[in-house]
Amino acid sequence: MKQFISFVRKEFYHVFRDSKTLLMLFGLPIVLITLFGFALTNEIKNSKIVVCDYAKDDASQRIIDKIQTTENFQIEKALMSHRQIEEAFKSGIIKLAVIFPANFNNDLLHTNQAQVQVIADASDPNTASTLTSYINNIVQDYQNEISPSGPAPYQITTETRMIYNPALKGATNFVPGVMALILMLVCVLMTSVSIVREKEKGTMEVLLVSPFSPFLVIVTKAIPYFLLSLINLTVILLMSVFFLEMPFNGSVLLLYLESSILIITCLALGLLISNSTDSQQSAMLISLMGMLIPVMMFTGFLFPLENMPMVLQWIANIIPSKWYYIIVKSIMIKGLGIASIWKETLILTGMAIFLLIVSFKRFKIRLA
Amino acid sequence: MATGPSNMGEVVIKTDKLTKRFGDFIATNEITFDVYKGEIFGFLGANGAGKTTAMRMLCGLSTPSSGSATIAGFDVYKETESIKKNIGYMSQKFSLYEDLTVIENITFFGGIYGLSDKQLKEKTEQLIEQLGMKSEAKKLVGSLPLGWKQKLSFSVAILHEPKIVFLDEPTGGVDPVTRRQFWDLIYDASARGITIFVTTHYMDEAEYCNRLSMMVDGVIKALDTPTNLKKQFSADSMDQVFFELARGAKRKGD
Repeated sequence: MKQFISFVRKEFYHVFRDSKTLLMLFGLPIVLITLFGFALTNEIKNSKIVVCDYAKDDASQRIIDKIQTTENFQIEKALMSHRQIEEAFKSGIIKLAVIFPANFNNDLLHTNQAQVQVIADASDPNTASTLTSYINNIVQDYQNEISPSGPAPYQITTETRMIYNPALKGATNFVPGVMALILMLVCVLMTSVSIVREKEKGTMEVLLVSPFSPFLVIVTKAIPYFLLSLINLTVILLMSVFFLEMPFNGSVLLLYLESSILIITCLALGLLISNSTDSQQSAMLISLMGMLIPVMMFTGFLFPLENMPMVLQWIANIIPSKWYYIIVKSIMIKGLGIASIWKETLILTGMAIFLLIVSFKRFKIRLA
Repeated sequence: MATGPSNMGEVVIKTDKLTKRFGDFIATNEITFDVYKGEIFGFLGANGAGKTTAMRMLCGLSTPSSGSATIAGFDVYKETESIKKNIGYMSQKFSLYEDLTVIENITFFGGIYGLSDKQLKEKTEQLIEQLGMKSEAKKLVGSLPLGWKQKLSFSVAILHEPKIVFLDEPTGGVDPVTRRQFWDLIYDASARGITIFVTTHYMDEAEYCNRLSMMVDGVIKALDTPTNLKKQFSADSMDQVFFELARGAKRKGD
């Protein structure tokens, strides 16, 4: 036990004395969360738009009021003709125009059908489709308001020049993905590099000649990184809940348990990588390259997996972070319990056990 | 120069036709020798001669293909755990942690050899006193000069009073004066009854050993005291002896 404590303490010294490790461990998550949470969010605020209201009736006015009250839009001017709209777009400041045809309210009340036209500046297609979808939501909202019960008798169709983007994503979708990304990167990198460093410096040999069991050498190496990863997770969670207004509807304990499974999987992966290389540089390269791209591609938080070819979808199934991403979303956003995510949990646990066995086996072979 | 071990009786390392094969390649071919308690035993050979392989077998890191060996009375096949408790080891790469202080290194290595807190405290004070490192005790090892690191590294390797200490090219890269100081520590340890098993490339260092073995292509070609070896090969220096023996080598070092 005393040997064990000496070892864990030594491992902490390594971490806290190496500014690179510290930066990696705590700087990376903060930067990533900030980047994905604030900079890369596709929620768009304060977009300048114009409104052209040929109707000037009750219905059109109420929709305009609604548009005005959201944070997303800022109505620049009310215009009178289509030509003016064209000019407004040419100036480059205006991202979107909403046009109400004459007799908007009349059409709605008497024929139960009315149209709103939305024109968006599609030079930035993502922004355009997002803004359009906001308008759609507002119109939908109004429609529900005027027919509070039952199926809506009135139908307002928004005629858009854009294709509706069904996968409208905000910070809520990024955060679980970034969590998976950070844990995968940091854990795999830290373990592989810390083990390879001992090999490179020659201290591994000294440890192996000591009466301390080789398995314990590995276990004690993993413990500090396991603990630090949990602290890391806490930092990410606090940041996402308080700065990004990420909902947290499920059990905190369950989330930590699930995260522990992912962390163990990653530590095993790191050990596996450390077995196949002798230099810190290549360990770092393999960890970064081997983790970053698959995790970014196949977790599902940047590119929807359902839209990928079948082959890529199969590949995604062997990426641990894909399952973790589903689990985190279920717990944090949907507030689900273990009953709904036992399948994903089982898969992730299976991966952890498999990787642990393989990496321990390989470690043993290397010793012989 | 060096006097023979006072007690030739007790054998602490005994090998008999110890062999290690990697496929068709025979790294160490039927080596047989005895090392006595308190002896300074030099293990010489060109790069690729099979020294490291032999040493790894003796330390319990690698299982022999055939032959037998006992280290401190323990069998290299079955009792590697007991062997590890009774030996110390200093690798050719520097074997301390550079980002830990002198005291932290001593505490760590003492800790993994299971020394009690009280023992550790005594040993640490004694060691720092002996090496004259009082003002450096709380400095990171990485900031010390190489010669000091090596002396510290050796002292840490024998912290737990092992029966045998294995030194794998311990003095690489230091000047002869520092090397001489390092050897003072080795003599001290030897006088306390610790057996020293050392590999080296430096022939001045070889002269300091009680007995030398010369390995060529996985086989021990010569084994005797430095004086006798020089006589045997009618050479003036160990350099000539080494050259004479290594000339016939077929394997080239890597």
